Amino acid sequence: MSFKAKLGGALLAAALSTTAFHGAFAADDTIKIGVLHSLSGTMAISETTLKDAMLMLVEEQNKKGGVLGKKLEAVVVDPASDWPLFAEKARQLISQDKVAAVFGCWTSSSRKSVLPVFEELNSILFYPVQYEGEESSRNIFYTGAAPNQQAIPAVDYLAETEGVERWVLAGTDYVYPQTTNKILKAYLMSKGVAEEDIMINYTPFGHSDWQTIVSDIKKFGSAGKKTAVVSTINGDANVPFYKELGNQGIKAEDIPVVAFSVGEEELAGLDTAPLVGHLAAWNYFQSVDAPVNAEFIKTWHAYTKNDKRVTNDPMEAAYIGFNAWVKAVEAAGTTETDAVLDSIIGVSVPNLSGGTSTVMPNHHITKPVLIGEIQADGQFEVVQETAAVVGDEWSDYLPDSKDLISDWRKPMECGNFNVATGKCGGKGS
Amino acid sequence: MTFRIFSGAFVAFLLFACAAFAQGTDPKPLFNQLADANFNAAEKLVAEIAATGNPRVVPALNAFSEGDLYFRKSDKAVFAAKAAGSQLELIDPVTGESAGQVAKSAVTKIKVNNNLRRAIRAALGGLTLMSPDRGARLSAADAILRAPSAEALELVEAALVKETDGEVKARMEEARAVSLLSSDRSVDEKRAAIETIAGLGASGLGVLNSVSGTIDPGLKPDLDAAIASIQNEQQLWNLAQNVWYGMSLGSVLLLAAIGLAITFGVMGIINMAHGEMVMLGAYSTFMVQQVIRENAPGLFDWSLAIALPVAFLVTGAVGFVIERGVIRFLYGRPLETLLATWGVSLILQQAIRTIFGPTNQEVGNPSWMSGSFPLGGMTITYNRMWIIVFSLTIFFALLFVMKKTAYGLNMRAVTQNRRMASSMGIRTPWVDALTFALGSGIAGIAGVALSQIDNVSPNLGQSYIIDSFMVVVFGGVGNLWGTLVGALSLGILNKFLEPSVGAVLGKILVLVLIILFIQKRPRGLFALKGRAVEA
Repeated sequence: MSFKAKLGGALLAAALSTTAFHGAFAADDTIKIGVLHSLSGTMAISETTLKDAMLMLVEEQNKKGGVLGKKLEAVVVDPASDWPLFAEKARQLISQDKVAAVFGCWTSSSRKSVLPVFEELNSILFYPVQYEGEESSRNIFYTGAAPNQQAIPAVDYLAETEGVERWVLAGTDYVYPQTTNKILKAYLMSKGVAEEDIMINYTPFGHSDWQTIVSDIKKFGSAGKKTAVVSTINGDANVPFYKELGNQGIKAEDIPVVAFSVGEEELAGLDTAPLVGHLAAWNYFQSVDAPVNAEFIKTWHAYTKNDKRVTNDPMEAAYIGFNAWVKAVEAAGTTETDAVLDSIIGVSVPNLSGGTSTVMPNHHITKPVLIGEIQADGQFEVVQETAAVVGDEWSDYLPDSKDLISDWRKPMECGNFNVATGKCGGKGS
Repeated sequence: MTFRIFSGAFVAFLLFACAAFAQGTDPKPLFNQLADANFNAAEKLVAEIAATGNPRVVPALNAFSEGDLYFRKSDKAVFAAKAAGSQLELIDPVTGESAGQVAKSAVTKIKVNNNLRRAIRAALGGLTLMSPDRGARLSAADAILRAPSAEALELVEAALVKETDGEVKARMEEARAVSLLSSDRSVDEKRAAIETIAGLGASGLGVLNSVSGTIDPGLKPDLDAAIASIQNEQQLWNLAQNVWYGMSLGSVLLLAAIGLAITFGVMGIINMAHGEMVMLGAYSTFMVQQVIRENAPGLFDWSLAIALPVAFLVTGAVGFVIERGVIRFLYGRPLETLLATWGVSLILQQAIRTIFGPTNQEVGNPSWMSGSFPLGGMTITYNRMWIIVFSLTIFFALLFVMKKTAYGLNMRAVTQNRRMASSMGIRTPWVDALTFALGSGIAGIAGVALSQIDNVSPNLGQSYIIDSFMVVVFGGVGNLWGTLVGALSLGILNKFLEPSVGAVLGKILVLVLIILFIQKRPRGLFALKGRAVEA
């Protein structure tokens, strides 16, 4: 009995030690990357898709043999739409899980929350969502659109093509719409639009009763000048907004709405027949006619086992960020942060609209701006496409940031260099 | 500007073409040129097509504005197309005859944008003013009303002479008036036109404002007077509109809160999972619509009526299980109830997220819930109107159950004095379970209605839970009438604040006012009196 028990114990110990050894060996053989997207709470609606997209990209890369001869392993955490929790989870990913890079965040609040963590622990974050600019960090790559890659070309399109002279800037009350609208207002006024022809309106998160605002827009639009709405309304509030527009009979031919936060995913919960002709500005649409895009959509449908799942712009930004990182790691021959930061600048990878995107010294990327009109099937039709535009982190239209530039190459290595004073340092100083 | 110039050209063409139709050019080659045209060139082509005056191009132009015009890749011939299974059926744009079926990959869609759609609408307006179809003439007049041009004037006048239908004639008169303003007609005619437009109300304001810079100085006083009179009238209507919007918001609050008025108000359970019952109701609607879409599309307009009992039973059953499984062990321990129901709400949310995914589900609006109608100077949307009617119906039905039925009597007896009710032979645990199920079921019904105006996502409930508690506490715990008055007054207060201080500040002000009010009257608007309160 006791002999058997001892033997059993020994065998068990041996088995344990082999698995432990094997485990350690396996861990050495993989490169870990972190995926930091909310899988519960209010932002889960948008961020879950990006988590799926990242897992798909990792799987595809592993099929191609991984990176530096090692398999990639994604570590997924759930910061639960809770901004301080983002910082905690980021710290856990970097210090505990020892990930080589992190792909994640959606809202600017979550990005601002993790920024000091990435700078302190010297790791890399790829941020895949359009944002308000006015930021440049040594450790963050902004693969979504800066305002000059989305908002300003959209306004130009409306002014030139549709002859819009009167503007409603409607947004949700937080940092992205506020900053974007500040930039847009300065831009429009620099183009000679009078102040009384600009109406700015903010609503709380998740606003669902749009009756008053839509009828205000209607009234604002009856001044005899062509009027358009520039919408930075975020997330869930869009569905009731568009429903109210449709019900009150505001057609795109009368008052077009151009949105910066409405993509294929948001339209999936809507009957888009009354919305045909309203616009969105992005750097990618699912309907883009390019072989690389068709391939991406096919892989996505196969990965999600659902051929109705749509693709969207932040997914493209994640795709570009991921591929740029892979290329930079291969060029550097290591996943070491400083080496990758050096080698990634100037890296060009294909984007999904058929061109290439290059990582610039200001940690933003180049990409074309696409203006699309909503179609009855919930997709967008591209009505204008620009050449590739470089993301401008410090807006040229705001007085306290127009002199700033960012260049993370040596020897400058500065995120806010003031060209007027020739010094690197604080905003506007 | 360019639009005016080309539409002028096409109308001139059109008049010429009408006079000598036999010589009209063949529109077919013009259609075929669309294959290579950019948006600007396409606009000119549309004008030329309309200028042929050939009424047979109308369906093809309609197809173009709907985005159903394609060109064949092999020979760049342009066709209208409609789906035929997985293929497209090509239709000749002029003759309207079928040109066989092709795979979707064999043709390319001709893109259309807002400008082009506007141009097509104007062109169609000119072409269909004399159409034998009354609806077509009406929408032609509307098209000119929306895009007035001096050039359309003669067409409208020609059509007016022949028009016999009263409503169409009135609409054409209006279209004539707006077109006349930008023409070079006499001052007297313009003065009459201004008067007609002044009668149009808000929709006339845009036209009047657009000519105010260019109009004859002699007419300026008339114009300003017309604008001022419309604006004055608008101000009165604004008041009515605010009340209506307030009632509408109030009815949504009432819907969200009414189930809670039972579980929290009558039973005293702090039910944090109330919002999730609303969400389950909305998902039941989604499921019902899914089944209908797949099996009986004809019944779609009835989907909400079918969803009502389904949602009531589903959420009622869930409520029953929650009461029997969790809450009954926690009576008299409000803090634990709060935490337990909050946990239940998280479980339900994540369960739905796992089953249906985190994204919004599309719940369609039946035709009778879509669109709007004008009432004087305001626009009333059907969905909001029916929701007001619906919430009031539920309210009074619930009031009836509580006050006039034996079950309602038992329920009130149990909540007022459990031990005495028990001594009288009422099965109190059973009544508790049914009451909680009733409250949950009503929340589910509310979810059916709210699915029509809000997102159907796992987070749906969260956005209503705070508002619901706010309404019930403000109205007076335990009093259904309090919930009604509370919901409507909060809604109207909110909508009167919103235009002046904005939606964000408006909401804050309402919350501050409620806090102050509760300080003064801790039991809400309609406080319950008597010994029951102390128990």
